[in-house]
Amino acid sequence: MKAVRVKNLEESTPITDSVHQAEALGAKAEAGIGTRLKDGFLFVAKRGLLAWVLLLVVWQIAATVMGGSFLPTPLKTLAGAQELIKSGTLQSDLLVSLFRILCGWLIGTIIAVPLGLVIGQFKIVRWLIEPLINFFRFVPAIGFLTLFLLWFGVGEVSKVALIIYATMFPIIINTISGVIAIDPLKIESAQSQGASKFQIFYSVVIPSSVPSIFTGVRLGLGGAIIAIVAAEMLAAQNGIGYLIYTSRLYYRTDWIFVGIFILGFIGFLSDTLLRLFGNVVLKKYGISDSRRTTK
Amino acid sequence: MTKISIELKHVSKRYQPASSLFKRKTSSPLVLKDINLMIPTGEFHVFLGQSGCGKSTLLNIIAGFLPKTGGEVLVNGSEVTEPGSDRGVVFQNADAAIFPWLTVEENVGYGLKMQHVSDKDRKPVVERSLNLVGLEEHADKYPYELSGGMKQRVQIARSIANDPSILILDEPFGALDAQTRRTMQNELIDIWQKTGKTILFVTHDIQEAAYLGQKISIFSRSPESHIAITIPVDRPYPRNVYSSENEQLVNTLNQYFEVGGPVK
Ligand SMILES: Nc1ncnc2c1ncn2[C@@H]1O[C@H](COP(=O)(O)OP(=O)(O)O)[C@@H](O)[C@H]1O
Ligand SMILES: [Mg+2]
Repeated sequence: MKAVRVKNLEESTPITDSVHQAEALGAKAEAGIGTRLKDGFLFVAKRGLLAWVLLLVVWQIAATVMGGSFLPTPLKTLAGAQELIKSGTLQSDLLVSLFRILCGWLIGTIIAVPLGLVIGQFKIVRWLIEPLINFFRFVPAIGFLTLFLLWFGVGEVSKVALIIYATMFPIIINTISGVIAIDPLKIESAQSQGASKFQIFYSVVIPSSVPSIFTGVRLGLGGAIIAIVAAEMLAAQNGIGYLIYTSRLYYRTDWIFVGIFILGFIGFLSDTLLRLFGNVVLKKYGISDSRRTTK
Repeated sequence: MTKISIELKHVSKRYQPASSLFKRKTSSPLVLKDINLMIPTGEFHVFLGQSGCGKSTLLNIIAGFLPKTGGEVLVNGSEVTEPGSDRGVVFQNADAAIFPWLTVEENVGYGLKMQHVSDKDRKPVVERSLNLVGLEEHADKYPYELSGGMKQRVQIARSIANDPSILILDEPFGALDAQTRRTMQNELIDIWQKTGKTILFVTHDIQEAAYLGQKISIFSRSPESHIAITIPVDRPYPRNVYSSENEQLVNTLNQYFEVGGPVK
């Protein structure tokens, strides 16, 4: 009402006196708070933060109903995290897990990308290797855990080997499909410009496959996280998986929740970083969203 | 005697049907049957025919992408066995044909780079090619920043940069709007007159054929397509599309185009 009145006044008397001006300013400020609240709400909701607020509320209610350590409250979990940080356990477990994931994932990528390219490019290699890949990719990494422990010992090697195994399949499979799906027109373009078979492989086939390879590498990272947690639960003396598994012995469900959240963070952060890398560095290969619309 | 750029003798083509363990190979019909043609060096030659009559098939054979079933295909006197940079190809689908991970300049310089031409020697050639198609301002752009017409200019420029003796274009302007198409047609005529290359241009658009072709070969209907007639068009460029001569030519072309040959 007030705003409307002021507006009318402003319209009728363009040269406003100071009182009207002050009133008008006040009205604008009020409307400003309203829209700002709405903007803020939309900002929070759009970024997925609303979901987290909701989770916290539901969690709090559920924890209050259940009580005790069956389901710790968010605050209790936070306290548990502080405890773990103070003792240094959380940091060291996190670093250990990150190190294993990074090593295995990097080595897995380095092996899997060239392998996928070669399998995709050469039919004979494909006939030889693809059936095996299509068989073993259904065997989860954990199936190999005991075997790897026997072969590589209880140290880091067996865990990293497990992650390499878990990382490789999605990367190989996606790389192969990237190579196979290449548009024959691109090959013909290169051929009619005098490019040799080898030149076509590195200057057309590989760049064309970058988006698929990248998808594979992202999926591989997910596989690596799954594998390392399972391995640490079953055969390790440290790491986030170990933290989660041993917390059960002390009935510290709050620590278990801390571990779960840390895992989520690792996955979310690393994938976000990877996507950022893709959008910035690999943009010209057709990875960012702006490119997809033009295709 | 004028030099012969492309010579086709009794060329025929049959696509091999897909065979499997459970399906016996059945023979598919001939797509092209007994194609005979001589194209002198420097000619602007148009293939005109209805969709599906085998124009692209013949172009792909001449470009070396497809094996022929019978006959001989000679380019500058030697049998075509594989693709080569002596035959530049401009595809209809520019999005699929140019390399999205390379800038305009890099796309145009690609062929020379593959021939191990040094950066220093490559630069002026690329510049000249870009100038020829009016893309010098857009040298550093990526293909996704270009319009459809500009992408076709990139294709033309990259072919020219490799200095082919023949430029093969398969319905290159089919996806463009009418105005851009006319501009591109004029540019192509201009490039042809400047470079003196043999041009082999495929279209199913009678008006386009009449506007461009020094000689127009009309394909009969599929299957077993052949060249029904080759019509020479002795008119200067740029051609007036509203002249009575043009109307007459279009009428003649139409007659052959509709029935795939003169009524016997
Ligand atoms: N790869 C292929 N395998 C089998 N048949 C094909 C293939 N490509 C084209 N054809 C057939 O050959 C005929 C001629 O095709 P095409 O050369 O593309 O015609 P145009 O370019 O004149 O429209 C069509 O009937 C088409 O179905
Ligand atoms: Mg065609």
